[in-house]
Amino acid sequence: MDSEYSHRKLSHLRKVLERSGPFCRPDFEPSSESLKFLMQTCKILVIGAGGLGCECLKNLSLMGFRQMHIIDMDIIDLSNLNRQFLFRHKDIGASKSETAAKFINDRIPGCNVIPHFCKIQDKNEDFYRQFHIIICGLDSIIARRWINGMLVSLLIYENGILDQSTVIPLVDGGTEGFKGNIRVVLPGLTACIECTLDLYPPQITYPLCTIANTPRLPEHCIEYVKVIQWPKENPFDCSIDGDDPQHINWIYEKSMERAVNFGIQGLTYRLVQGVVKNIIPAVASTNAVIASICCTEVFKLASSCSPSLNNYMIFTNTDGIYGYTYEAEKNINCLTCSQTIKEIEIKSIYIKLKDLIQLLCSKNDLQMKNPGITANISGKIKTLYIQSVPSIEEKTRQNLSKTLFDLGLRENSEIIVADVTTPNTIMLKIKLLKNS
Amino acid sequence: MIKLFSLKNAKKDGESPKTGTQKKSSAAQLRIQKGFVILDINELNLPKTCGTEFPDPDDLLTFKLVICPDEGFYKGGRFIFSFKVGPNYPHEPPKVKCETQVYHPNIDLEGNVCLNILREDWKPVLTINSIVYGLQYLFLEPNPEDPLNKDAAEVLQNNRRVFEQNVAKAIRGGYVGQYYFQRCLK
Ligand SMILES: [Zn+2]
Repeated sequence: MDSEYSHRKLSHLRKVLERSGPFCRPDFEPSSESLKFLMQTCKILVIGAGGLGCECLKNLSLMGFRQMHIIDMDIIDLSNLNRQFLFRHKDIGASKSETAAKFINDRIPGCNVIPHFCKIQDKNEDFYRQFHIIICGLDSIIARRWINGMLVSLLIYENGILDQSTVIPLVDGGTEGFKGNIRVVLPGLTACIECTLDLYPPQITYPLCTIANTPRLPEHCIEYVKVIQWPKENPFDCSIDGDDPQHINWIYEKSMERAVNFGIQGLTYRLVQGVVKNIIPAVASTNAVIASICCTEVFKLASSCSPSLNNYMIFTNTDGIYGYTYEAEKNINCLTCSQTIKEIEIKSIYIKLKDLIQLLCSKNDLQMKNPGITANISGKIKTLYIQSVPSIEEKTRQNLSKTLFDLGLRENSEIIVADVTTPNTIMLKIKLLKNS
Repeated sequence: MIKLFSLKNAKKDGESPKTGTQKKSSAAQLRIQKGFVILDINELNLPKTCGTEFPDPDDLLTFKLVICPDEGFYKGGRFIFSFKVGPNYPHEPPKVKCETQVYHPNIDLEGNVCLNILREDWKPVLTINSIVYGLQYLFLEPNPEDPLNKDAAEVLQNNRRVFEQNVAKAIRGGYVGQYYFQRCLK
């Protein structure tokens, strides 16, 4: 192993890690330990083994990282092969994560990439807690929000102070055709994904009346079939599956009829696929640029050799090359990361729900008016009481005279409270007073 | 600037992961999405013409909105909308359908509703409340310029009295043109 550190192929890394320089972080200490840390200890999770994921695995493994996991639920499709270069024609139909891991492990001696062929939601806190850094190349906002929520929930606060050893940085890359962005999130410290949800453009939609009555574009015809005609005629007795050629064909035929009726040109099968699956053409060079910046950020975070991107960068190469970096600000009302879980002390778990509500209204630091309460009871959110909505009030009124114990709450259970007095929900952890 | 790993105590594998928390997946996400929703639901500030119905109080993501306009063309009617809040809320708007057949320029006979904030003008800062007010406004000011039911829009534009009569007929239950409308009197 020691001979690997001194191998010629890593000499460029040693130049960065073993020497100081004017652009280094002030607290950076050049040493040979850094490279050992990268190669032996630092554990990276790559989320997504698509266009960005393939680039990231390649970059990270050539940068010296050896302990990596990759997670992706997809299988390889013919259309991936132009840019997802760890896959070959024979791999079509195989798991992306498994194929990518095997390719890297075979190619780079000593590399230990562990694949997970599943959804990110299938893994729990213990899985995510083992990583030093997470790098994410996803095309789904739901998945981004999920991993962001997971990393925030791993934070531990003691007396309101964040324990920084629980921070797992998230480096997130995204591309759309010739545009891309990179962001570095230090959960609990810098703006998280939810803080800046409006940075993610919503899916393109067209006014319903336009697609229904005055279509002008082939996209309008496709949207019409997708939004109005499909639910009405329900041709296959199920919702649209963008990967089912029969479904796409049906939508293609119906939207073609419509396009002909309205004298609209330019409707193709590929366009139908694109609109239905919301595909934005992937450009290999954009992926390469974004992935390289993401991996550089991972390297900087892992080695402290240089200050991190602060904290959002956009890149486009439509007309020449343009890049811009700015600091996305933390939203103090962010539902995800501004919440530190508070504790509420009660004298017994056998007090009634109405006593708890009384406490929420009378406690000096809360002084709520009419709190709506839900609770996380063995992984499921249950509504305990919401006064402001009559139909819920009626159905949950009986809970008021039940004890917290009977409602399924225990010490350390979390309740989620919304009230007019705060712009945000408040998370409270139930604690029992010591002397009772 | 925080230094995340001092090399000496950066080891993670040595940590004993807390066992016993064998939940399949974290409730974190659940919490966030529901966090938005409980906040939205709790602050629902309904006009007196509107009410909500939650068939299952534990499921705050599925509910119905009932609008009983007390002025305008639709006074005396009772119109039910179904709301479905998806996993990407508030990045994406809830899905809203009108369950009552209604003779309305901006609502078609399948219950699709043409309201800008339900589609192209949705923004994450908007809430369920915004949609409730938007829908209520549709009954006060039906908009013939952007029709979904073209026949109704034409009548409204050409002859408000006939439109008024058609609406009344539909609410009482009966045929307007070739379409039969079910009675939806309050
Ligand atoms: Zn945040």
